[in-house]
Amino acid sequence: MSGTLEELPRLLALVPYLLTRPGIAFATAAADFGITEDRLRKDLNLLWVCGLPGHYPGDLIEIDFEGDTITLSDPQGVVRPLRLSVDEALALVVALRTLAETPGLADPEPVLRALAKVEAAAGTAAAPAGRVAVALEGEGTVLPLVREALARRKVLRLVYWTAGRDETTERDVDPVRLLVVEGSSYLEGWCRRAEGMRVFHLGRVQQLEVLDEDAAPPGDAPSRDLSQGLFQPAPGDTVVRLALEPGAAWVADFYPCDAVEELGDGRQVVTLRTSGTAWIRRLALSLGASGRVLEPAWLAQRVREDARSALAAYADR
Amino acid sequence: MAAKKTERLLNLVICLLATRRYLTVQQIREAVPGYGAGEGVAEEEAFRRMFERDKEELRDLGIPLETGSNSGWDDEPGYRIAQRDYQLPEIALEPDEAAALGLAARLWQSAPLAGATGSALLKLRAAGIEPPESATGLEPRIGATEPAFESCLAGVVQGQVLRFVYRTAGRPAPESRQVEPWGVVSWHGRWYLVAHDLTRQATRVFRLSRITGPVTPEGPTGAVLIPEGSDLRAMVVESAGDTPTTTARVRVRTGSCWELRRTATATAPDGEGWEIVELPYSDHRRFADRVAGYGADAVVLSPDEARLSVVRRLTALADDTAAEESP
Repeated sequence: MSGTLEELPRLLALVPYLLTRPGIAFATAAADFGITEDRLRKDLNLLWVCGLPGHYPGDLIEIDFEGDTITLSDPQGVVRPLRLSVDEALALVVALRTLAETPGLADPEPVLRALAKVEAAAGTAAAPAGRVAVALEGEGTVLPLVREALARRKVLRLVYWTAGRDETTERDVDPVRLLVVEGSSYLEGWCRRAEGMRVFHLGRVQQLEVLDEDAAPPGDAPSRDLSQGLFQPAPGDTVVRLALEPGAAWVADFYPCDAVEELGDGRQVVTLRTSGTAWIRRLALSLGASGRVLEPAWLAQRVREDARSALAAYADR
Repeated sequence: MAAKKTERLLNLVICLLATRRYLTVQQIREAVPGYGAGEGVAEEEAFRRMFERDKEELRDLGIPLETGSNSGWDDEPGYRIAQRDYQLPEIALEPDEAAALGLAARLWQSAPLAGATGSALLKLRAAGIEPPESATGLEPRIGATEPAFESCLAGVVQGQVLRFVYRTAGRPAPESRQVEPWGVVSWHGRWYLVAHDLTRQATRVFRLSRITGPVTPEGPTGAVLIPEGSDLRAMVVESAGDTPTTTARVRVRTGSCWELRRTATATAPDGEGWEIVELPYSDHRRFADRVAGYGADAVVLSPDEARLSVVRRLTALADDTAAEESP
């Protein structure tokens, strides 16, 4: 969006911003407002022809440029920023509450102090924030250790359960980032065992220890781009087609599908891509009659074999 | 043109902030450049329309434009902006509070809350607050990719009845719903709308990803009354049926099924390479979904209904010979 609805709030914030920071550098102000220096110059050119009725020199907003710095001296009554809107108050208040309520994500005490101050400043605009809530999986015992390792740049030793293979391994990891995506917490880091960047679901960490060894993740190791979600298809992935009865419709909501075909009466065929198929075998087992692997045929065969050996185990017991 | 309009509106705000008396539209026209001075009926008409639009824009931006008269016998109403309604109250944050705010400000990933955070931070910066660069490597994010999110949030904030088409799991056809929205809740990474369903006369929890098509507001704003003491989050958790009511005994292979074991209340060895774990659960079908996935590594011993649920799933798959014979 461009135009007045964006420009006027920026200008109204810019005046008190500059007023409280005499002699601020152009580059700093532009960066704080997320605009180019050129755009900032245009804003300033507009500001200093504005002012009180009459619009004689003494009525106008006064701005001095010296080298690369800006000093605003006469705000003509625009001395404070505008109050927070309902949406703005809601965005900040709910975010702070989420931080405070998620175990281990942040030290709750300063978060709660900041929350109280923001709520007080927002006044009645903060009221609708009570109608929005976010529950994140915090992993209260694990998260503080991960944060500590990141802050002190130390290696983490984790005992980790790999869901796909249903096995537990010990790994030393050079931590890079702590992520909270789609409600769950993850550690991204250089796994020394796999010699590659890996993302670990903190809900699957059984034990965690901060080692007294400096972390040194390879500088050129690529971090994952998470803007499209945590799981992204890769070229060598297996393409799986699943037929879902109405009772298994949640599968299409839960897993990122390449395609969803509606067959009518709530029945669907979904196409998924995956690097490992062990989890699909488990998914198919848990769905029973309401989900069937259509392709690939070998995977369907594996699911049948899994089911038969499991039934044999039930027959023994 | 846009710059001219911005300039006119900024001058209008400065003018109305400076006045204590209500200014009539004619006084505003004389005081603020850009409204044109022509005396003709057409010019007058053009000015009135322009001023009406300007008023709307200021109100949309949250600028508290006051209407009133200076005295009882002034019949023409005027306008002003009271500084005390306009100004963000004083706020000062300690460095650790500013750091918390900086981290919180990075939570929202998508519209409209990411944008609202950005403009809120500009205002706080203008109030003298400097949120520091966030601690290294800490990236909590909350997305809202469901197309219905923005309009549901607006309905909740505005307190306005909403109508939408909803697909219920297990029902063949989507149905139209008319609801009083109470709140939106993100749980396990998904957004839910908690609402009073006007057709069914009952409280319902809707998953936003199952709303198909547009969400239409109906009737006046501020019409929704939320019962005192409603715990929105608890309602979402309850609708997902996650409060355990029964305990199952499951025989699991040593070193496997860790995700099941996480919730175990007791574990005892049972012969070489096997253990028996006690697992609390609420719904035996949902519990069977979790256990069946482990195949031969997890065998439900009791209760019978959970055991039968698993066996039924496995039998359906083991007998699926139709697929086996096709190429």
